[in-house]
Amino acid sequence: MQELKVLLVDDEEEFVTTLAERLSLRGMVTRIATDGEQALRAVEADPPHVVVLDLMMPGIKGTEALRRIKAGHPAVQVILLTGHGSARDGIEGMKLGAFDYLMKPLRLEDLLEKLHEAGRLAHAAQGNS
Amino acid sequence: MSRFEHFRSLFRTMLDVPEEIAPERYRALRRKITLLLTTAAVVPLVILSAINYHQYRATLTREIVTPVRGLVNKTRHSFELFLAERSSTVSLISQVYSPAELSDERNLNRIFRAVKGEFPGFIDLGLIDEKGVHASYVGPYNLKGKDYSTADWYQQTRVKGVYVSDVFMGFRRFPHIVIAVQRMTDDGHSWVLRATIDTGQFDRLIASMGLEPESDAFIVNTAGVLQTPSRFYGKVLDELPMPMPPMTYETATLETTDPAGRDVFITYTYFQHADFVLMAVKPRAEIFKPWTTLRSDLILLFVTSVALILSVAFGLTDLLVRRMRASDERRIAAFVQMEHTQKLSSIGRLAAGVAHEINNPLAIINEKAGLASDLMELARDFPERDRFRALVDAILRSVERCRSITHRLLGFSRRMDVNIEQLDVNDVLKETMSFLEQEALHRSITTSASLDQAMPRIASDRGQLQQVFLNILNNAFAAVPDGGSVTLATWLRDPDTVGVSIKDNGKGMSDEVLRHIFEPFFTTKKTSGTGLGMFITYGIIRRLGGDIAVQSKEGAGTTVTVFLPVKAAPTATLGS
Repeated sequence: MQELKVLLVDDEEEFVTTLAERLSLRGMVTRIATDGEQALRAVEADPPHVVVLDLMMPGIKGTEALRRIKAGHPAVQVILLTGHGSARDGIEGMKLGAFDYLMKPLRLEDLLEKLHEAGRLAHAAQGNS
Repeated sequence: MSRFEHFRSLFRTMLDVPEEIAPERYRALRRKITLLLTTAAVVPLVILSAINYHQYRATLTREIVTPVRGLVNKTRHSFELFLAERSSTVSLISQVYSPAELSDERNLNRIFRAVKGEFPGFIDLGLIDEKGVHASYVGPYNLKGKDYSTADWYQQTRVKGVYVSDVFMGFRRFPHIVIAVQRMTDDGHSWVLRATIDTGQFDRLIASMGLEPESDAFIVNTAGVLQTPSRFYGKVLDELPMPMPPMTYETATLETTDPAGRDVFITYTYFQHADFVLMAVKPRAEIFKPWTTLRSDLILLFVTSVALILSVAFGLTDLLVRRMRASDERRIAAFVQMEHTQKLSSIGRLAAGVAHEINNPLAIINEKAGLASDLMELARDFPERDRFRALVDAILRSVERCRSITHRLLGFSRRMDVNIEQLDVNDVLKETMSFLEQEALHRSITTSASLDQAMPRIASDRGQLQQVFLNILNNAFAAVPDGGSVTLATWLRDPDTVGVSIKDNGKGMSDEVLRHIFEPFFTTKKTSGTGLGMFITYGIIRRLGGDIAVQSKEGAGTTVTVFLPVKAAPTATLGS
């Protein structure tokens, strides 16, 4: 199995660090960002395979970050997180090219499943390019 | 304040009624409007009628009394003419013939016969000499030589020159009058020519007035003694049993009551050259016969008008007030409905907000606990691992519980794949019902359905409708005892809306429960419910563009009615 580079973006640092550690325990290479700007810089510096992006953040909104990531790096897959019940954001995100979206609090199994799917897609895209 | 404003404020004061939507308000409104309308219409009518009444009465009285006056006037003239003719005749004789000639009874007899032939009514004729003694006489009685020197009439004749007596019986024993003329001979001797006249002639003149049987006409002298017989007030020379009317030279009319108690109109006239009064008495009833008829018509008209006004005022007011009340009640109902909807929507937003805020800390707890679990599993040697594993699992289970609650609250338990399709509501209902067939069988609950097969297909979400129907059916099944019944019905309410009702004969709900039925976390199932069923159902139906209503009576059962649009609502196409 190929190495999976994941960028976790969420303004809740406690959440994002803990999740990063759990994913690392499962063999993924994780980095974290706590706002949109950081996330964009991290993607520029070293494009990950998958970005897990919270939609509700201060500063650059999740959807805006998503748009810029997909614009610069179409191969990078983005899984959206939403604490909000409204499906609107999720569906809008899907339209902007997100791979999928999940609602907080996460079930780890769900996330892992999506991450692997998205990773396969990212690897395929990278392989093709 | 302008006059108009002033008028308006006056009106407002008059129509001041309680503002509260209560029966008193409408009673007061009804009373005041009716009173105002009636007053505004009846008062002028009363005034008009009163004026009319008096005008008509005056006019009619004039119209009726005037001819009577004319008649009385004419008759008086006839009387005066009659008396004047007789006086002139006597006077003429006294001028043409000398006392000597008249003293000769043969001459006197010849003159008397000629006069009698020309002027009916002459009874006798006689010459009275200076001493007051009947010097010559022709007539049916033997009066020659009778001494009148002390008689009143003789004295009066000597003073006035001409004398017409009142009617009297005298020794002739029938009513008559005396006409006497005094003359002087060239040598200064005074003599008097005297004639008696039968007043039967008076009766004929009275009769020629042609009065109705109820009316009366007669002559009285100024002393109130009847000179001609009266139908109602006595014989000749009887005292008239009424006071004499005031003296006038005009013909006048007087309203009074006669001794028999009849209301009468007396038209009377004083003679100019004799002490007589001609009186015509007509009973009021007679005179006012046409007036009475007219008056009945007037009264009938008045009463009919008032009745009409009253019925219109009452009817109109009733209609107006009824309408007003209905519109007030509709307004209030709409207001209550709006308030209810707004309240539910606020609660929904609040619940979503809270759920969202809780989700983030919940996510942290979830990850922390997850990591703890991960680390514990990875550690080679972990004291009391089982105990800790149990603890962490309990935390994760609680997070899972919270998660399911917040997720349901947030999305009203929305499934992510909203999928609008053309579907048959009957099919969805039957399909959903089939989930509960086992329970129905087990608890011997009778289910029946009257479904409108001709309904159009509607654009809606099958899964969400199933959830709605399942929620409602579950509640219905929970409400009925074993052996109860649940009845389904569908119908096309209007071309754009289908209705679905689910009715049970279960324990029903109190008004208090009914008021809160759509609120989240409101449950009557103490142990088993989350209190989100109807909240979610409400949310789904609103999102599908429909509406839901619940009628319930404690102990009698509940009917839940869902209305769904035939065409998809814009809010429902969100996810597609």
